[in-house]
Amino acid sequence: MKRETLINAALLLGLLLVPLWAYVTDEPFTITLATKVAILALAGVGLNIALGLGGLVSLGHAAFFGIGGYAMGILASHAQSYTPLMESPFLIEGTKSMPVIWVTAILASALAALVIGTLSLRTSGVYFIMITLAFGQMLFFFAISWPAYGGEDGLSIYVRNGFPGMNTLDPIQFFALCFALLLAALWFSHRLANAPFGLALNAARQSPARVETVGLSPFHLRLIAFIISGAITGLAGALFADLNRFVSPNMLSWQTSGEIMIFIILGGVGRLCGPVAGAALFIALEHFLGGLSEFWHIWLGLLLLLVVLFARGGLIGVLAGRQVAHD
Amino acid sequence: MSLLSLSSLSAFYGASQALFDVSFDLAEGEVLALLGRNGMGKSTTIKSICRMMPVASGQLVFDDHDLNRLPSHKAARLGIGLVPEGRRCFPNLNVYENLTAAARPGHWDFARVSKLFPRLAERRNQRAATLSGGEQQMLAIGRALMTNPRLLILDEATEGLAPIVRQEIWAAIRTLKEETGMAILLVDKSLFELSQIADRAVILQRGADVWSGNFGDLTEELSSRYIGV
Repeated sequence: MKRETLINAALLLGLLLVPLWAYVTDEPFTITLATKVAILALAGVGLNIALGLGGLVSLGHAAFFGIGGYAMGILASHAQSYTPLMESPFLIEGTKSMPVIWVTAILASALAALVIGTLSLRTSGVYFIMITLAFGQMLFFFAISWPAYGGEDGLSIYVRNGFPGMNTLDPIQFFALCFALLLAALWFSHRLANAPFGLALNAARQSPARVETVGLSPFHLRLIAFIISGAITGLAGALFADLNRFVSPNMLSWQTSGEIMIFIILGGVGRLCGPVAGAALFIALEHFLGGLSEFWHIWLGLLLLLVVLFARGGLIGVLAGRQVAHD
Repeated sequence: MSLLSLSSLSAFYGASQALFDVSFDLAEGEVLALLGRNGMGKSTTIKSICRMMPVASGQLVFDDHDLNRLPSHKAARLGIGLVPEGRRCFPNLNVYENLTAAARPGHWDFARVSKLFPRLAERRNQRAATLSGGEQQMLAIGRALMTNPRLLILDEATEGLAPIVRQEIWAAIRTLKEETGMAILLVDKSLFELSQIADRAVILQRGADVWSGNFGDLTEELSSRYIGV
């Protein structure tokens, strides 16, 4: 356990030092890559609560990622066109303020997770995977056929949203925001896993009937975990949209769900910093292999295969040992 | 007034009937032994009380609440603490986590459970899966106590354990009775140990209650006919 803590610290320190070094050597593109890692890791931290702790294989987390993205896109597009979002019964205007957008993204995706979770958690196994996938696809096609916010073409936001006291257009400052949110989510996720709620959720993954006999409902435990998980992934979606200053239905596609899951599997399912390691590896592969060949995914597939076959604790599992590996 | 009351309880496994009009009461602070040979419906009765299987007909009342329609976790929340047959801890959690995952506030906390079972405190950070059978049993009892139940149900709590460990478990159950006055429903085969602690007994035969009364009134004739000792 102690070794894993050291590895986690080294990993996070690395994620902090790379953009700082890029800042000193004036390489803004590297900072953007690190920001992308931080944001995708945050999305993974969200899914890891459902997948790692709760054992819920959700193939629909792109729904929350996309809802977060559209929360940002819709609010910011109304702000940039000076048109209110809604006039009656009360006036809602767009906004360019990041904190407001984050809260909206968190609430909207939590609400969606409540609805999707309530319906899909009545099933388990492959049916749960299929139902979450179906909800994700529903939102994907809804976004494609919704012309008000760009439809298939997506929605461009010209200027990055603002955060009080910071210049968010400066890559290193935007990175700092994303990194701080990632640390906050990791801290929260660590506390959650060790709180009675997290322990009970962990126990319910292996033996739901035993959890019931001590007075806890596995359904409620899983639903709460699913909502927290969706909310964190939704926040990551809002940041991702802000990074690209662009939202499109692509964020809602099932490939996105798969990618978030790949971060976790590469890094280590149920490991605190698994998503960070996974997202970093993914972006590194995309950057270096993507430069060599358009078909770099074939190497990603091979790596994933090797991890699943020979290193089921993922990258963190290989480095920290298997004592606490996920089963 | 009785804390738990079963009247004419019937239950089925698929098409085959497992319980036939089982009725008995358990008062606050009372220790009741549920006796009978294997396959006579003791565990089925307990599963019905804990809402782990549906009741076909009859009344199941705990502390004025109709249990019939409640899901398992709500029955547990009313104050029914089960120590299931075969121990069944949460294998992937350590001792402390097993105890605190479902703890509810009340008399029983980690310090009190540690006093009852000092071995659990020694093994605090050890994973439940790596404990010995006796320690797992202590953990299962401790976990049930941490939910601060009003009725503790022990299903074969000393089965398959070394004699010395059984004595430790029995001593703990006696402590529970003497010091806390908790209502206890016991299923066990050790008549001698039961005789030292149980107030009353109910005998099940082929899914029906065939005898009930004070434990002291249990004659040798009765025990050889229904229990086989």
